[in-house]
Amino acid sequence: MIGMEQMDELYDVIVIGAGAVGCAVARELSRYRLRILVLEKEADVAAGASGRNSAVVHAGFNNRPGSRMAELCVEGNKGFEAMCRELDVPYKKTGKFVVALDEEDRTTLGRLMENGQANGCPGLRLLGEQELRERVPGVVGIAAMESSETAIFDPFLYTVALAENAAANGAAFRFESEVTGIRRADGRFFIETAEKIFESHCLVNCAGVYSDRIAAMAGIQGYTIYPCRGEYILLDKVADSLLDIPVYPTPKPGDGGLGIHLTPTVHGNVLLGPSAEYIGERDDVAATGEVFSRLLREARQLLPTLDPSTVIGTFSGIRPKQAPPDEGGFWDFVLRDEPDCPGFLSLVGIESPGLTASLPIARRVCSLLRERLPLVEKANFSPARTGIVRFRDLSPAEQAQRIAEDPEYGEILCRCQQVTKREVRDAVENPLGVRTLAGIKYRAWATTGRCQGGYCLARITELLVKEYGMEPATITKCGVGSELFAGRVK
Amino acid sequence: MRREAREEHWDVAVIGAGPAGLAAAQAAREAGAERVLVLERDERAGGILNQCIHDGFGLLHYGETLTGPEYAVRARAEALAAGVEIRTGSMVTGLAPDRRITVVSRQGRTEIQAGAVVLATGCRERTRGALAIPGTRPAGVYTAGVVQNLVNCRNILPGKRVVLLGSGDIGLIMARRLTLEGAEVRCALEIRPEPSGLERNVSQCLYDFQIPLHVSHTVTRILGKKRVEAVEVAAVDGDGRPLPDTTRTIDCDTLLLSVGLIPENEVAKQAGVELDPATRGVRTDPYLQTTVPGIFACGNARAVTDLADLASRQGATAGANAAAFAGGAPLREGRPERDARLAKGFPRPDTVTCILCPLGCRVRLAADGTAEGHRCERGPVYSLQEKTAPRRILTTTVRTESGRLVPVRSREPVPKQELLPLVEELRRLVVPDAEDDLRAALGERYTTCLMLGSPA
Repeated sequence: MIGMEQMDELYDVIVIGAGAVGCAVARELSRYRLRILVLEKEADVAAGASGRNSAVVHAGFNNRPGSRMAELCVEGNKGFEAMCRELDVPYKKTGKFVVALDEEDRTTLGRLMENGQANGCPGLRLLGEQELRERVPGVVGIAAMESSETAIFDPFLYTVALAENAAANGAAFRFESEVTGIRRADGRFFIETAEKIFESHCLVNCAGVYSDRIAAMAGIQGYTIYPCRGEYILLDKVADSLLDIPVYPTPKPGDGGLGIHLTPTVHGNVLLGPSAEYIGERDDVAATGEVFSRLLREARQLLPTLDPSTVIGTFSGIRPKQAPPDEGGFWDFVLRDEPDCPGFLSLVGIESPGLTASLPIARRVCSLLRERLPLVEKANFSPARTGIVRFRDLSPAEQAQRIAEDPEYGEILCRCQQVTKREVRDAVENPLGVRTLAGIKYRAWATTGRCQGGYCLARITELLVKEYGMEPATITKCGVGSELFAGRVK
Repeated sequence: MRREAREEHWDVAVIGAGPAGLAAAQAAREAGAERVLVLERDERAGGILNQCIHDGFGLLHYGETLTGPEYAVRARAEALAAGVEIRTGSMVTGLAPDRRITVVSRQGRTEIQAGAVVLATGCRERTRGALAIPGTRPAGVYTAGVVQNLVNCRNILPGKRVVLLGSGDIGLIMARRLTLEGAEVRCALEIRPEPSGLERNVSQCLYDFQIPLHVSHTVTRILGKKRVEAVEVAAVDGDGRPLPDTTRTIDCDTLLLSVGLIPENEVAKQAGVELDPATRGVRTDPYLQTTVPGIFACGNARAVTDLADLASRQGATAGANAAAFAGGAPLREGRPERDARLAKGFPRPDTVTCILCPLGCRVRLAADGTAEGHRCERGPVYSLQEKTAPRRILTTTVRTESGRLVPVRSREPVPKQELLPLVEELRRLVVPDAEDDLRAALGERYTTCLMLGSPA
C-alpha cells in the first residue's frame, strides 16, 4: 500500500529520461509557468545514447526527404551554433566529407546530394579525388561530398547545459529514479518509482531505448525498440596531426548507421566507429574483440596512416531503433500525443540525428502540450548558462590572472588534459547535484586522457574524501552499484 | 589588474623529481652549474618512489637496501645539500626547443629560460583502454600503480577479491601488498610464457602467499554491469591468441593491470625531441642529449628500466652534461650501462632465488652445505636460512591519529609466517603524529622515514 503522504508531488509535466531530448524538452518547457519534473533511472544526464555517439551536429542530407527526421535535423542544425553559444557548450563547425571508395559510391554520393538539396540542407558540394587529397591529406577516396554545415560538439556537456538551464529556470531533476509503473486516473498520471509515486497532468516519454516499455506501462502498445549497438574506438589527441574534420564513408543502402567513420572531437581526440549490431539486451554496452578489429580495419581503408598505438579506449552506445533487424535502415521519429492516452506524449525511435534535432523536437513537444496545458511565458526565464572555465583554453595572461584570484587554478590535477583543482571542484559542485566520478569526468574532462585516470583518480578521490567528507566506500563511478572502492585500508 | 607571467633564468632546469631528476640536479650542481632548479608536479619530491613502500631499492646506488620512501628522502637530501632548488606542486605545461619552460603552480604561471634542460618525466602505465580488453566498463578495473598510490598513500582499499593481469613488478608487489592488507588475490595471469617481473618478486610476492601464476593466459572479457563481477580468462597460443576451449570464469571484484609501462614524453614532444617509435622513449646520444641541443633525458622517460638505481645513475650523467652544455664545456660519456643481469623468469624448484638484491641469484645448496650460483657471500647465508627458517623484511603503513599514513618497515627480517599476523596487528595500530612519539609507539622492531603523507 502506498500511503497518501507519499503522493504529494503534483507536476504539470513529468519527463521520463534525462537524455538530450528529455533535457531539451525540460529546458523548453521551463520557459513557461509549469511545474516540471525529470525522472532518470541513472545517476546523471546523458547516460544512454546521448552520451555515447559520434558527437556530430548533422546537416540533414542523410535523411529521407519529407521525413520528420530530415525536417527536424535541418532545423536543428541551423540553430545549433547559437544554442551552444547561449549554453556555453564546446562547438566547432568543421564541415564533413563523405568519401566514395568506388564507382558505386560515387553514384550514391550524387543521390545523397539530391537528398540533401531536397531537405533544404545548404553547403553541399561534390569534389574530386585531387581536391579531397588536398583538403584532408591521408584520406583515400575517388570522390567526396563536402558538407559545410556539419559540426562537432560535446554531447554530454550539451545535455548537462540543457539540464542545468532547465533547473535554473525551475525544473526539478531526480536521478536513480527508475519508473516502474504508470497509471492514469481522473485525467492524471500516477508515475511509480521505487521511492514514491509522482503525479502529473502530462507526461513526455523520452526514455530512449526503453521508450517502448514506458509506453507499454501506460497501456500503449505497438512500439518496439530494437537495441542496436555501436562500438567506438577512442584515439589519443591526434586530431591536430591526423584529422581535423569528420570523414565518413558513403552509406550503404539498408545500413543501420552511417558507416564506420572518423571524427575529431572538440577535445582533440579522434573517434572511430560506430559499428551497427542488433543485440538482445538494451543496456549491454560491452565492447567486443571482433568489432574492435573490424573498426580499425575499416577506418584504415579511409585513412591508412592511422596508428593503432594511439588507441586509448573503447566505448559503445545503443541506438533505440524501430526498424527491425530483418529490415534495417531507419524508421522516422515518432512524436505525438497518444490519441488513446491524451496527455501522454510519445517520443519513440529518436536515434541519430536525435541530438541535432533535440531542440526542434522539444519545440514540437511544447506545441503539442499547448493543446493540454496553458503555456504562460515566465517573465524571468533566463536562456543563458555558463559552464566551467577551462584553464587550458585561456590565454597566458588570463591563466596568470585566474591563479592570482584563486590558487586552485594553479593546481593541475589531471595532467593529460590539464584540468585544475578548481575545475574539478566546479564539477563536483555541479548545479544538478550529481556526485559520481563519471559526472566529474564528463564535466571537468578529467581522467579522459591517455593515462585514463592513472594520475588524477587518486587525487580526485582524495579531494572527495578530505574536502567533501565522502567515505571512500560511497564514491561511485556512475551511481549505486558502481562503488569504486571497498573502503579504507585501516 | 593585468598580471603578466613571471620570468626566470636558470642554468639547468630538471623536469621531474624522481630518482633520475634528483640525481641529475645534484650532478649538475656538482659539475659546476650555479643555478639548478627541479620542477615537480607532485606535492613532494621523490616521484613514484613515495608510493613504493616496499624495500629492495638502493643496492647499486647506495650499497644498501632501502624502501622507496627512504631512497627518496636520501636522494632529495643529497640534492638539497648540493644546492639544488626543488619546486613541488609545479606542473610543466610547455617546453620550447630554445629551452623555455612554462610552469603552472599555485604561485602563478612562470616562464623559465634554462641554459640546459633535463627531462626526467618518468613513465605511465598501460591501461585497459590501450589493451582494448573486451567486455563492459564497470568500476573495479585499475592499473597496479594507481592501486599502489590508493593503498599506500591515500588509505583506500580498491577491492577484496582481486585478479592480476600481467606480471610486471608493480603488479607482483601489489599482489603481496593487497594480500597483507586482507584482500584475496585469486591469481595472476601472464600472456607470455614467462613472468615479466623480477624473479625475486615472483618468489616473494606470489609464491610466499600461494598466489597461483598462470602463464600463457589472459583475460578475454570483463564481466559486471556496474562493478566488476568476474573475468573470463583463457589460455593463449604461441601468438598470444586466446584458445576458446580453455575459457573459464573467475569471480572477482577487482581486475588489477600490470601490463607495461610507457615513457611519459608529452613535454618532450612539445620541444620537438625525437622519440623512438618502438619504445616511445626519448632518443639520446652517448651524452644522454636528445636530438634537440641542450635538452637531455634520463630514467624511464628515456627507456623504462627495472631499477630506480639505474635511473639515478643515468640522471647523474644527464645532469653533469646539462651543466657542461650550459657552461659551454665539452660533454662526457657516462659510465657504460652495465647489464645488471637481473634474474627474470620462474624461480627453479632445485635452487633458492636470493631476494636480497635484484640480481636474484639462483643458489644451489648441496647436502654438505656448500653452495654454488651466488655472486656474493650473502647468497649461501640467505639460502641456508631460506631452507630452514625463512625471513622477510616487513613493509607496510600505519595510521596516525590525524588519519595520515606513514610507511614503516621492520628493522630486521621477520619470520615469513609472521608477516600476515604482524601486518594485521599494525593495521589496528594508531600512532601519534609527533615524530618522537610516533617512533616510540613503533618500538624497537619497526622504523619509519616519515616520508609518506607528511605535509610538504
